Amino acid sequence: MEAARGLAEEVLGRAEAQGYGPEVCFAIRLALEEALSNAIRHGNRFDANKKITVSSCVGAEQAAITVTDEGKGFDPGEVPDPTVDENLEKPSGRGIMLMRAYMDEVMYNEAGNEVRMLKHKSGDGK
Amino acid sequence: MTDPAGWLKMMQQGPVSIVELVDKKILDEAHIAEIGERLYALVAESAQPRIVLDFVNVAHMSSSALGMLITLHKRVRDKEGVLRLCNIRPSIHEVFEITRLTEVFGIRATREEAIREAASS
Repeated sequence: MEAARGLAEEVLGRAEAQGYGPEVCFAIRLALEEALSNAIRHGNRFDANKKITVSSCVGAEQAAITVTDEGKGFDPGEVPDPTVDENLEKPSGRGIMLMRAYMDEVMYNEAGNEVRMLKHKSGDGK
Repeated sequence: MTDPAGWLKMMQQGPVSIVELVDKKILDEAHIAEIGERLYALVAESAQPRIVLDFVNVAHMSSSALGMLITLHKRVRDKEGVLRLCNIRPSIHEVFEITRLTEVFGIRATREEAIREAASS
């Protein structure tokens, strides 16, 4: 997780250097943290022998970040909506909805072990 | 008083325990788990916990931290206590809004307001 956090700082550093605003950087940090946390916890199930691959392209107009784990994947469509009344007080299950709320695009591969997120530099934070 | 790990600054005002989160980023799972344990212990020690959690330093927070706060809220409620959150900056408040947790937690603008309510509820 330390290595992952270092990667997050590196991506954020590049975004700041490219002139991405604080709201956009806040959104990228939040989404990246949630994606890494999901990959480590739900994807690789804390198996230290499994890798997380992060690739990022922070351009002048948009940032694209892909996080891949070595887990068996999941169907994001089956994750319950954490904002419906019966789930409101459940302690987990908010990561994906926050990623979707803060990024412009969030896409999973078919296997469900890779998430690709896109954020426009001109985004309004969510 | 600061807890041994330095993540929480704790003080007592009458019946109210005031806990200031020291770190700017509450993201790391192990870090969140330890903060949670310290706060759950505070609830366990009291017959009717009255806790104000001050977010004045917090600029980044993850969904794991929200989960810890929900567990804390439930434990306080189980003992008919009061939990109030305060000094939450707009960017973090928005995370609470998006997740509809503004409807679960008592969030107040200032520490004084939160203490007043925690003392009298």
